[in-house]
Amino acid sequence: MPTLLFDGHETVVEAANGDALWLDASQLPAATGFRLEPQGLCRGALCVPIPPGEKARFVDGARVNVAALAEQLRRPLVSDDAHGVVSVGPEPGSRLAGAEAPDFTLPDFDGVQHSLSQYRGKKVLIMTWASW
Amino acid sequence: MILGVSFDTAGERAAGTFARSAEPSPIRLTAGDAPKLARATYPLLRDEQHVVAELYDITNVPVAVWIDENGRVVRPPEPAGTYDVVKHMDPATFTVPEEILKRAGQVRTTYFDAVRDWVKNGAKSRFAFSPEQVAAHVREPGDASSRGHACFALAAWLWRNGQREASKRWFDAAVEAQPDNWTFRRQKIAVADDAAIGNFAATPEFFQTAKRQVAEGKRYYDLIDMPGMPSE
Repeated sequence: MPTLLFDGHETVVEAANGDALWLDASQLPAATGFRLEPQGLCRGALCVPIPPGEKARFVDGARVNVAALAEQLRRPLVSDDAHGVVSVGPEPGSRLAGAEAPDFTLPDFDGVQHSLSQYRGKKVLIMTWASW
Repeated sequence: MILGVSFDTAGERAAGTFARSAEPSPIRLTAGDAPKLARATYPLLRDEQHVVAELYDITNVPVAVWIDENGRVVRPPEPAGTYDVVKHMDPATFTVPEEILKRAGQVRTTYFDAVRDWVKNGAKSRFAFSPEQVAAHVREPGDASSRGHACFALAAWLWRNGQREASKRWFDAAVEAQPDNWTFRRQKIAVADDAAIGNFAATPEFFQTAKRQVAEGKRYYDLIDMPGMPSE
């Protein structure tokens, strides 16, 4: 079973058939941030409607095809079949103007998890660095 | 508050020393003695997959983003008080002419004075952007950037899971998709040599790429659009 990499989340996907990546709908929010709603696949205010006549490509019973979602969002998908890993890139275009700063959760060097959103109410200076 | 984010696929092994103790910097970027890195009193986060780089379209370090109390970006990614010294750097000794070091010092001082002004004055600070100014300053990453990040995340995952040889193909694919993305290229260089992890990855590829960029009229660090900053 392949591992899906999506927005920093890592999830073992139920099955890959051809170009499809089927994931149980109950796993979808943790794996991708999206939920299966009556109006489509939604994350916050963004809803991706399922095109008429294409429901079978997106939904199979309680499963959702993450590859179809990625394609609909114009997000590239690359896979290394030999090592069983699939990676979905971000949507083209910036997420920074006019909206809340994208949230993320990462561990510190003692393993404590920090989310940007937990510091709401404070000014935050994100300072990126690297050893290299 | 400050959130430090380390773009290091090798995580603890690469960045742990920097995160935990005051160590001498391997690079002399200021006049005088090599600076000491003070132990941070704010959270330092491990970003082994470069998630923040993907979300914020960050292509080099150090880069900073200012976010206000309501979670809105008031300055999008920009060099964190860093001047483009690389094109003036001696590849053998990493030294930079004194006049360039002086200009770099002015940029750093101006930038962190601006941060302090924003902390004190908030939206009234002349350094905080309006939503329209933010929109005018953000880049719009395209399909090549998206593909680069898809390949890079796959490469970093393979590397972290012990598939070092397999990871090389995907690091190369990320660099090929977005050749001017320094976080892709330098991370690729940094993990290619196991013995060099945690060191300044200034290999011939680094300097050759930097030289090519200069020839193409590109900058290693963009100019910072802020009152008091040099225009060149």
